[in-house]
Amino acid sequence: MEMRDLYQQVILDHNRSPRNFREIENADRVAHGDNPLCGDKIRVYVKLNGDVIEDVSFHGSGCAISQSSASLMTAAVMGKSIAEAEELFHKFHEMVTADSDQPASRKELGKLAAFAGVREFPARVKCANLAWHTLHGALREQAQPVSTE
Amino acid sequence: MQPKAEPDSATGAIDIERVRQDFPVLHQEVRGKPLVYLDNAATSQKPIQVIEALSRYYGYQNANIHRGVYYLSEEATAAYEAARVKTQRFLNAANPDEVVFVRGTTEAVNLVASTYGRLLLQPRDEVVISAMEHHSNIVPWQMLCESVGADLRVAPIDTSGTLIVSEYEKLLGPRTKIVALVHVSNSLGTINDVKHLVRLAKDKSAVVLIDGAQAAPHIPIDVQDIGCDFYTASGHKMYGPTGIGALYGRMELLEAMPPYQGGGEMIRSVTFEKTTYAPPPAKFEAGTPHIAGAIGMGVAIDYLERLGWDFVHEQERVLLEYALERLPTVPGLKIIGSADSRASVVSFTVDGIHAHDIGTIVDQEGVAIRTGHHCTQPVMDFFGVPATARASFAFYNTVEEVDTLTEALMEAREVFSG
Repeated sequence: MEMRDLYQQVILDHNRSPRNFREIENADRVAHGDNPLCGDKIRVYVKLNGDVIEDVSFHGSGCAISQSSASLMTAAVMGKSIAEAEELFHKFHEMVTADSDQPASRKELGKLAAFAGVREFPARVKCANLAWHTLHGALREQAQPVSTE
Repeated sequence: MQPKAEPDSATGAIDIERVRQDFPVLHQEVRGKPLVYLDNAATSQKPIQVIEALSRYYGYQNANIHRGVYYLSEEATAAYEAARVKTQRFLNAANPDEVVFVRGTTEAVNLVASTYGRLLLQPRDEVVISAMEHHSNIVPWQMLCESVGADLRVAPIDTSGTLIVSEYEKLLGPRTKIVALVHVSNSLGTINDVKHLVRLAKDKSAVVLIDGAQAAPHIPIDVQDIGCDFYTASGHKMYGPTGIGALYGRMELLEAMPPYQGGGEMIRSVTFEKTTYAPPPAKFEAGTPHIAGAIGMGVAIDYLERLGWDFVHEQERVLLEYALERLPTVPGLKIIGSADSRASVVSFTVDGIHAHDIGTIVDQEGVAIRTGHHCTQPVMDFFGVPATARASFAFYNTVEEVDTLTEALMEAREVFSG
């Protein structure tokens, strides 16, 4: 495992200049993600139009993996339906945790496939997952903070 | 087995390579690179003498203590109690019965908080701690204060990570019943002048506990000279096994304290109407203790004493000085904590790279450092950082390992600059 398999260019880029790093006033859904052992904190905002994610953003602080994962996630689910976003959540989750390689779903994940290497770093899986679980919590209108620790 | 780390009989010098031979764990590759273990403040590695003592105990001596009249139980009891005497001497306690074996420092603090603390503390009394405490010397006192309606007061630190003694002094007053202070900070490395701090607390008649988890492996401890009422030490941080530690308590206080846990070993007689308790330390050692652990901790003390503090100090001084010189050559690296008196612990941040990313990258070079809040979240808040990376050195580390860390950090810069 090479370092750059984990810290791929797209991950470093999104860490340096995170996309949709802002709050959404009058967001329909907001959820808070917190990995207290790590210190990673995130808030995910969703603006819905029917069941379509019209706008999505995040705010918070943490390591490169958690920040870039949040950034890439917002870009990936923007304009998608709730059902499509949930499906991506499950595929992403599977990619960073599953034992077997599933190139079929990898293809559908597009840029998110950059996180495939995280699987080799068990201590960091929770970092990659935090934003997605927080989004999942937001879409399900979960009141309690989300944690992946 | 003969220890390899004996001083040379002619010169008195100790060969670091021979010392490293005593630590089997150091001689392995991780991720294809030689292991560079720089997380000694989290737990230290164990010399073969300690490992073999555990194995010898379970292989040839194992029996429950203080009950059997048979040979093996007597042997195990003698070994366990001999470890208590070694610990007594190590801490320079007046009496071996002032040494209570516990699971570790955390349990030691909890024991004092929930026995002596509960006995002593009245509503509106105050417990004073410092801003550089480990969570284990914060939370038990917080729980105690909440349950009795007492107040927890926190003595501040300055930007170098040094306790502001004048502010500490101001907090001490007639309501101060307990003072609990760390001897050596695990996240900043600061060594507190505990003797002075204890004297100030004693002027106000407070009972003082000193958390020695990080001190015992690095500096000689003399509880009588420090003048504290309680002192805690952790076996696994001083080259001994996990799951064992020692609480020193002044006999007068140990006698006055109610028991910690009820069960076997801690009683004198039991009827359904009334139980009378054994005298200290048995009163606080309910159930079968970690016999092997105590024996192992005793062997770790033997090991440290055979190496000698001069060697330990010199090694750690050289490593600290070299690290403080080399690490800042990494662009963007900031060292957190710069107390005048400090142990061989260096906490740092690197601009633009989160501590966890640093930890993962240097791990690829075989370097084990701690990243996170080090169970000192208030310290992180004070310095305005979510987490730091921390390299903590032991006498078996080498300056070459500091170089490896420095190069690995350069590599992290490289990765992150894209």
